[in-house]
Amino acid sequence: MAQEIHTGNSIIHVSGLRKAYGSTVAVDDVSFEVNNGEIFGLIGPNGAGKTTTMECVEGLRTPDRGTVSVVGLDPWRDKYRLQERVGVQLQQAQLQKRIKVWEAVHLWASLFRKKTADGDRLVEQLGLVEKRNAWFMDLSGGQKQRLFIVLALINDPEVVFLDELTTGLDPQARRAIWELVRGIRERGKTVCLTTHLMEEAERLCDRTAIIEHGRIIDIGAPDALVQRHCPERTVVLSTDDPTAEERLRAIPRFEAITSKDLRFTIRGSGDNFVTEVIRCLSENRIKVTDFRTVLPNLEDVFLKLTGHSIRD
Amino acid sequence: MLRGLWALTWIEIKVFLREPLGAFGMIVVPVVVFIGLGRIVGRSVAPSSLAASGFLRAGVPVLASILITLSAVLSLVTIISIYREGGILKRLRATPLRPQTILTAHVLVKLLLTAVTLLLTVLAAKRYYPIGIHVPVFGFTIALLISTWSVLSIGFLIASIVPTARFSQPIGAIMLYPMVALSGLFVALESLPPKLQIVARMLPLTYAVSLLQGILKGDAWSAHVGDIVALTVVFAVCTALSAKVFRWE
Repeated sequence: MAQEIHTGNSIIHVSGLRKAYGSTVAVDDVSFEVNNGEIFGLIGPNGAGKTTTMECVEGLRTPDRGTVSVVGLDPWRDKYRLQERVGVQLQQAQLQKRIKVWEAVHLWASLFRKKTADGDRLVEQLGLVEKRNAWFMDLSGGQKQRLFIVLALINDPEVVFLDELTTGLDPQARRAIWELVRGIRERGKTVCLTTHLMEEAERLCDRTAIIEHGRIIDIGAPDALVQRHCPERTVVLSTDDPTAEERLRAIPRFEAITSKDLRFTIRGSGDNFVTEVIRCLSENRIKVTDFRTVLPNLEDVFLKLTGHSIRD
Repeated sequence: MLRGLWALTWIEIKVFLREPLGAFGMIVVPVVVFIGLGRIVGRSVAPSSLAASGFLRAGVPVLASILITLSAVLSLVTIISIYREGGILKRLRATPLRPQTILTAHVLVKLLLTAVTLLLTVLAAKRYYPIGIHVPVFGFTIALLISTWSVLSIGFLIASIVPTARFSQPIGAIMLYPMVALSGLFVALESLPPKLQIVARMLPLTYAVSLLQGILKGDAWSAHVGDIVALTVVFAVCTALSAKVFRWE
């Protein structure tokens, strides 16, 4: 029996999810919710448990423990009903080498009970018209991913799952794909994605969950996560004023200063820190030849929370 | 269950025919073996000699048929391994397709190709085979399809066991081809040592050969109920085992 759970605006509920492969625990006590109409990102390094979590939510894996509900359905017990209503793009998936683009689109369209989206229009919207008759094996990485997006959207799904969508793509193709994902949200669909690229999460996601070693460390909007965990601000300026360092040290909530060749890097905390630096410079008539602020990002949040960089 | 089955089967046929050597290897090789072997035997031994004529009449056609079956099964093993390794099976599962629909489509493709190959072999034989043989084409086709259908289930088991696509074809061949030696095609079962007889009776090809030889000779189907039951048991057991051990990724 399908368990219907509805809390507020959320469309995906995950609670106490656990999945182990043999003695390796891939996902442990993971809980989160995804709101209707948002782009939600599971972020973390490779092997953190993002894909396992997502595949449990998609109904491709059975969790050992915990409950999952997607559009009110249990992904495992109602697998086939769920597949009708969600779109899936898998990490490192392939199609038959010699299937043509249009054949794949038509095949997928024939698999769903309900009326599907207009495949030809999707192919056009994702810029694959010229490749309609090309074999899958002859497509570029970006074209393959765009085809997988077409297939994920063919059943006009309510929720779209995208697993490491832009891995292996060049920056230009990556940006184009981001634009497409935003387009999916504009159509009123919910997007749940995984990525190990912090820039991707920052630019694309409304909310993110940071995963490491199979556990969620924190959840929130990228900005909110940065504010919560990295309140410090950094200002980099160049000046030949010999009194500068002493004056800057006197700024309220000052934390540290380093200098190299008349170039100072000043760190302090609080939203007002940058204003205080500017006030200090202006009140003391310190002439600067260069001035910029360095804002912390998700990368710094990750470093702070885990003690290591996401690339390690 | 049926939703998507025809669409998927049709795609798999097209994709298979686009393989550079896929269709060629599967269809042409058994025809060439059949005609070639027939002509060599026909030329080197007087066709009037009893042994040669028996071998030409019953041996070569059944051998060629078994080759058709085995190449279908090996082709299935290879494709399933490649599809698993490439994540194609997994991608197909993330749709409303039932797992059994995905696998049934592959079985249908192989059965269809088996029938087409057999048909081509019969047509080629009419023109190039050294002696005229009367084949009950319809009955023989059915017998071959039953045999192939049964042995394909072993193919799924092999595909589950073999870890990588690279080794699937050779390992499959090593497991399947020796069965031909004991199938009763070259040496009658009764003349084998008792222990080997027991082994032979455990092998599915033995029953396939017996069925094919019988139908070719013009036996009634009722005389081969035992063979059909044995082949069905093989299918049931292997399918049940596959359902337990089959890996989708």
